[in-house]
Amino acid sequence: MPIQTILITLVALLLFGYFLGRKRALRVSDKAKGNRGLHSLPAYYGYMVAIWAGIPAVIILLLWTSFQTQIITSLTVASLPDIMQGQSTDQLGLTVNEIVNLAESGDISAEEDPAKQAAAQHYLRLKAISSQAKALVVVVAALIGMLIGLRLVKADTRARNKVETVIRWAMIGCAAVAILTTIGIVFSVLFEALRFFQSVSPFEFLFGLNWSPQTAIRADQVGSSGAFGAVPLFVGTLLISSIALLIAVPLGLMSAIFLSEYATARVRTIAKPVLEILAGIPTVVYGFFAALTVAPFIRNLGEAIGLNVASESALAAGLVMGIMLIPFVSSLSDDAISAVPRAMRDGSLGLGATRSETIKQVMIPAALPGIVGGILLAASRAIGETMIVVMAAGLSANLTINPLEAVTTVTVQIVTLLTGDQEFDNPKTLAAFALGLGLFVITLLLNIIALHVIRKYREQYE
Amino acid sequence: MSTISSKQKIEASLKKRYARERRFRLYGVVSISISSLFLMVLLFTIISKGLPAFQQTWINLDVTLSPALLGVDANADPEALFSAKYAKVIKASLKEMFPGVKGRKQKRALKNLVSNSAAWDLRDKVLENPKLIGTTQSFWFLAKDDIDVFMKGGIDRNLPESDRRIKDYQLEWIDKLIAEGRLEKRFNTTLFTAGDSREPEQAGMLGAIMGSFFTMLVTLLLSFPIGVAAAAYLEEFAPQNNRWVDFIEININNLAAVPSIVFGLLGLAVFINFFGVPRSTPLVGGLVLTLMTLPTIIIASRAAIKSVPPSIKEAAIGLGASRVQTLFHHTLPLAMPGILTGTIIGMAQALGETAPLLMIGMVAFVADVPGSIVDPATVMPVQVYLWSDSPERAFTERTSAAIMILLGFLVIMNSAAIWLRKKFERRW
Repeated sequence: MPIQTILITLVALLLFGYFLGRKRALRVSDKAKGNRGLHSLPAYYGYMVAIWAGIPAVIILLLWTSFQTQIITSLTVASLPDIMQGQSTDQLGLTVNEIVNLAESGDISAEEDPAKQAAAQHYLRLKAISSQAKALVVVVAALIGMLIGLRLVKADTRARNKVETVIRWAMIGCAAVAILTTIGIVFSVLFEALRFFQSVSPFEFLFGLNWSPQTAIRADQVGSSGAFGAVPLFVGTLLISSIALLIAVPLGLMSAIFLSEYATARVRTIAKPVLEILAGIPTVVYGFFAALTVAPFIRNLGEAIGLNVASESALAAGLVMGIMLIPFVSSLSDDAISAVPRAMRDGSLGLGATRSETIKQVMIPAALPGIVGGILLAASRAIGETMIVVMAAGLSANLTINPLEAVTTVTVQIVTLLTGDQEFDNPKTLAAFALGLGLFVITLLLNIIALHVIRKYREQYE
Repeated sequence: MSTISSKQKIEASLKKRYARERRFRLYGVVSISISSLFLMVLLFTIISKGLPAFQQTWINLDVTLSPALLGVDANADPEALFSAKYAKVIKASLKEMFPGVKGRKQKRALKNLVSNSAAWDLRDKVLENPKLIGTTQSFWFLAKDDIDVFMKGGIDRNLPESDRRIKDYQLEWIDKLIAEGRLEKRFNTTLFTAGDSREPEQAGMLGAIMGSFFTMLVTLLLSFPIGVAAAAYLEEFAPQNNRWVDFIEININNLAAVPSIVFGLLGLAVFINFFGVPRSTPLVGGLVLTLMTLPTIIIASRAAIKSVPPSIKEAAIGLGASRVQTLFHHTLPLAMPGILTGTIIGMAQALGETAPLLMIGMVAFVADVPGSIVDPATVMPVQVYLWSDSPERAFTERTSAAIMILLGFLVIMNSAAIWLRKKFERRW
């Protein structure tokens, strides 16, 4: 039975349970002294029955669906002849893949090897059994739950409190998704990164100056081992991010100051949407623009004044990324500046300072923690930004700080390593997770420092 | 004496101070102008490059459906009609129109005047009405992408022949076709009705639009209830100064700032490799985007719930409602406009997100339009990325057109958010 049918059946059962529970509650109450005899409103008894029917069934369904693939695969492996089981893990993985593909293709007789044919048939049989048993178990669980729920419908059952306890726990569960996500991120990058560090030493990864992850097809090929020194990537990331921040910080800060202190209402109604639109444009559009328009423009400009500019220069990517970050910096600085009490600003103006002096000598020092925090957050976004650099920066790992040359970044390498066919046993793929771990740790540190700066050094004026 | 000199001093310094003031103000104007200028250049480039893609060139050919060439006659069964040699017929009609074409290169160029979809179009027409066989009919076919680019002025005929993709003999043919009124530009419906294709003239956005739709559906169905429930818990029920609650809040704030590509790594390692969710599907894309959108929705919903005045909640509790009842009957309905605004903005972000989807295989070439959340699919921004990577010139204008369509959807979503905020905003 396909999963949709199970779900629809389950929903129908829940509705049925709700109405049964409600009806039974009303009947129970009639026997006692009218509606007053019930502890809760009749609908709550219906919800209670539906919850009893639904929760165990849904838990079983989720667990079964999550783990059935692994269990079926391992059962299929167990049924293979001993010679096949004795293969190395990689070989076995390949064989299993072949068998699964064979079974899914629907034409088992296409395979020559009778052992694989048998295994594919076994796999299909297991799959059919699993899907039927799943449907049966889920429906039976729902029915048993419904019966238990119905037995609990009595005049003095505190149905509302029970339902509300379940709701509260469900809400706690939803809030805990944030923790689960963080745990998921840490473990997924950490485990694969640790596997990577088994074949490449962390020392080489962190301090090596040579990055060429291409592993050779033939053993005697030049550079067959692949080099995993990530320094060029870190330098490239830093270079592009610094260019971006050099553009975004002054422009974003000045935009925020101008909009909040100088602009007339009419200018503001035009200029604010401009920044909002810039913030809403997807990064892939910026990337396309950088590669198609900005990079050739910079190249031609460089040629005109006699400079040799690479067609995928760090400058083009950094420039466009800087523009992308302007609204981000501007809105964070705006928050920081508008949090400065009005009395300080008016006091300074009243003493005869010009507006710019007030801003430079009173407002900005008072808002500095917020502004610095905002810059750190912008830096973390620049480091993690992917699409602009994937489309406009280079692929080759040059160790240079010349903005006119092509450099590559951590995110570009993650994307190039992980798109296309993947085998989860070679260092090339695992390197992406090591880079991801580095990226996660760096941005996490920046975020924590930023929040800390904002909280700790904020002046309390009230 | 001293008073005069200090007055003079002040006056002299005033001049400087005012000049500094004007300069400072100018920096502000310049900053805003740079952003505006950049935005205008960006939009202008995209629109001017993308507009031609909404038109497409068609070629009119007189096709003689001779049974000898097709290898079937009008009475053949549908299967034979299906596999008849339509490409040959089209080739023959081109040869007839341009006699005297010599050499393999020129012959191939002649065949490539029309798209290779022409044979399939012809097949569909014949299957519809087999009586056409044996007659000569005039049909409109899609032109090949090079012809299309030339017709829109993308190739300069004054360049030396070696620098152009359209050679002199092809120019002659095109001129003849134009003179006979056999070349026509029409509105490009393919862009909206076809899936992706390797041939630019046959490539469309429908597959990506449907992929985005299914992905957003999964994201919305998961992130809205989870986000609202989490926000309601943190705002209304969570105990103050509890270590766990603080930890949850720190996590939410951090997740909002984690690079999107890291979520892609999470999706690859956990959803695909551990739980076996099928690759390249809207299901796994929606799961990853849910985790990314949750912080946005939670933060916006918390702000909306917080803005509901406590007097309303207290009145409900005073009348005997439980706290859960107060939440569902009063707080949430009153906070709903704010929650919906935040949700739409989160969805708009998710719709434009590309990087994490590259990790989970949504970057694969998918020609079929997906029909459910477990069909292989791609989404609009990834389609933009894929097309921008293609070397054909015709794909450049299609990339811009795809961006215009994507931006159109984003404008609609953001306008809806603004409208909601304006219409239902309440000051207590």
